[in-house]
Amino acid sequence: MPQKQYGAVNVNVDEEGFLTDFSQWTREVASAIAKDEGIAELTPAHWKVIEYMQKEFKEGGQVPSIRKLNKSGVISTKELYDLFPGGPAKKAAKIAGMKKPEGCV
Amino acid sequence: MEDKIKKVSIVISKGGLDGVYPGLIMANGARMEGIEANLFFTFFGLDAITTKRMGKIKIATVGNPGMHMPSLLGILPGFSAFATSMMLKTMDKIDIPPVPEFIEMVADAGCRLYACKATVDMFKLKKEDFAPQVDSIINVGKFYEISAGGQIIFT
Repeated sequence: MPQKQYGAVNVNVDEEGFLTDFSQWTREVASAIAKDEGIAELTPAHWKVIEYMQKEFKEGGQVPSIRKLNKSGVISTKELYDLFPGGPAKKAAKIAGMKKPEGCV
Repeated sequence: MEDKIKKVSIVISKGGLDGVYPGLIMANGARMEGIEANLFFTFFGLDAITTKRMGKIKIATVGNPGMHMPSLLGILPGFSAFATSMMLKTMDKIDIPPVPEFIEMVADAGCRLYACKATVDMFKLKKEDFAPQVDSIINVGKFYEISAGGQIIFT
């Protein structure tokens, strides 16, 4: 299984760089993945999205969709695209240490 | 590795749920991958952005072999409405929104929406008849201009 080093920690990842073991996720790992994805710094708005996604993921085992993020009042679709440019659902899931979203929407 | 697709322009030319959804899902999916996306609505596809009609789009139960049932059943009053409501419920569960919400979602995702000038003239429609997310009414020439450098998908 491929590994990736973020700072002092080694994490297991799949071939696209998504963490395969959520227990290895730390906030430092998140910041490092974000940098790789072109997000220089994770702001409180980013963290709000990440924390909500993780909560949903832990409860239901699913990565929440963009629609769900919008409907839950966590973040509007427009803001989400601004915060995670070039593929918000995928990028946010990767930074949050979750698997790649499987849905079509 | 092949070059990644950077831009798509999707034409939605058919009405009815099965005419409208594939293009919407593809456009939204493009934006989710960071691909630039344009949607061009023409002919009955225009229903999806016409304020009066966008919330009432149904699945055709007559003359639609994909429904896997005799067309005779489909002519029963209310059958199309029933089939549509069943389908919308199922889609909602997998987070595929109803058409008006979907139009808002793709627009918020950064997809640009256009109406076809020829159809607009034919149906005697005006810019005010369309959802606010619609950027403008354009002719085919302008569509090609906007689509330059990307892929064109006709649905």
